[in-house]
Amino acid sequence: MIEFLRRIFGQRGSSATAKERLRLVLMTDHLELSPDMIETMKRDLVDVISRHVEVDRERIDVTFERQESTLAMLANIPILSVGRPSANGNGKHEGRAPSPDGSARTSKPKRVAAQTGPGAEGQAPPKRKRRRRKKSPPAPATAPAAG
Amino acid sequence: MESVAIEREIGAEPQRRGRAIVLTSGKGGVGKTTTTANLGTALAERGARVVLVDADVGLRNLDIVLGLESRVKYHVLDVLEERVDLDEALVPDKHSENLRLLAAAQSREKDEVQTAQMEALIAMLRERFDFVLIDCPAGIELGFRNAIAGADEAIVLCTPEVSAVRDVDRVVGLLGNRFKPQLIVNRLRPQLVKRGKMLSIDDVNGILRLPLLGVIADEPEIIITTNRGEPLALRKENPTGAAYHAIAAKIAGEDVPVPMPPAAKQTLLERLTSLFGGGRS
Repeated sequence: MIEFLRRIFGQRGSSATAKERLRLVLMTDHLELSPDMIETMKRDLVDVISRHVEVDRERIDVTFERQESTLAMLANIPILSVGRPSANGNGKHEGRAPSPDGSARTSKPKRVAAQTGPGAEGQAPPKRKRRRRKKSPPAPATAPAAG
Repeated sequence: MESVAIEREIGAEPQRRGRAIVLTSGKGGVGKTTTTANLGTALAERGARVVLVDADVGLRNLDIVLGLESRVKYHVLDVLEERVDLDEALVPDKHSENLRLLAAAQSREKDEVQTAQMEALIAMLRERFDFVLIDCPAGIELGFRNAIAGADEAIVLCTPEVSAVRDVDRVVGLLGNRFKPQLIVNRLRPQLVKRGKMLSIDDVNGILRLPLLGVIADEPEIIITTNRGEPLALRKENPTGAAYHAIAAKIAGEDVPVPMPPAAKQTLLERLTSLFGGGRS
């Protein structure tokens, strides 16, 4: 009913589309990365995380934001279940950055936004809910100089 | 470049130097010239000595926006090539006695101006004026580089459109830190923003993240006053005219609130929609 009225009285504006398109295009402008490379990066990131927890691949949201003078990479990776009976028997790390032997760490520190429970399903895309933020230098290959 | 910097340090520091501010946007048609004319008028009305420099060589327009097209005798290149004295080339404004215009060359090409010449010219103007406002051409090529050469501050102009935001983002990247760019959002239509059909100030500046100088509404009076060659800033009773004055006050260093267009009134339909729980996510 409400949806119906909303459709009559004014749908969701195109400004949201504009914003999203801008966000994406500026991300590639800044990084000088092709969308393909971003996809690959995203996939690699998810592959590492899903060794430990089960994530919702469909709803992963990776974005880049300019902050002061650096660029930050923000990723929202909804977790479907923690303590996943994982294939490589390495199931109970503390839900944090997986780094079996430090090799994953060489890329960037990761933290995962836990989005479990029923609320996570079937909701509008979690626009404002990016909880994780990791600073990364514009070039994705280099590791941040830790301390 | 270096020699100029050195001159600045040792050179004529006795008098205080005016501020050179370039108005730029990357994209064309976002209102640089109109804004330059209006901010110049507003600053001059405040009592500052102001010169407007049209850096858009080959596409002179600031003169006609100010209504001075019939008074222009000489242009930037006449001065740079030393055919006339600077004083002869400065056109007094019709309305504000503190305001002068230095017109662009119309029948010349942008690449006939050298960056070092522009720097020297702006340096000269800064000795005589409190504010040198430079109307930058669209684009990021030589014309842009010349326009920013002598400036030490930048005002970037953006309309709430994807193309304009992207271009401003690029321009800000090119400007780097030296120019302390500040943002004016131009041609905002609050009614459209309210209905979610136009990028909002927060949308635009959420992306650009620049200090906000002010917001100018998409105001029909701008078209009318431009037709007549009378900047809207001459009419303080007009909300947009007043907004230019508020921006001028901010530029001058006064601590005034960022001017915003009045929020659009809710239409009956919108009220009905929100009654039925139509709050947007």
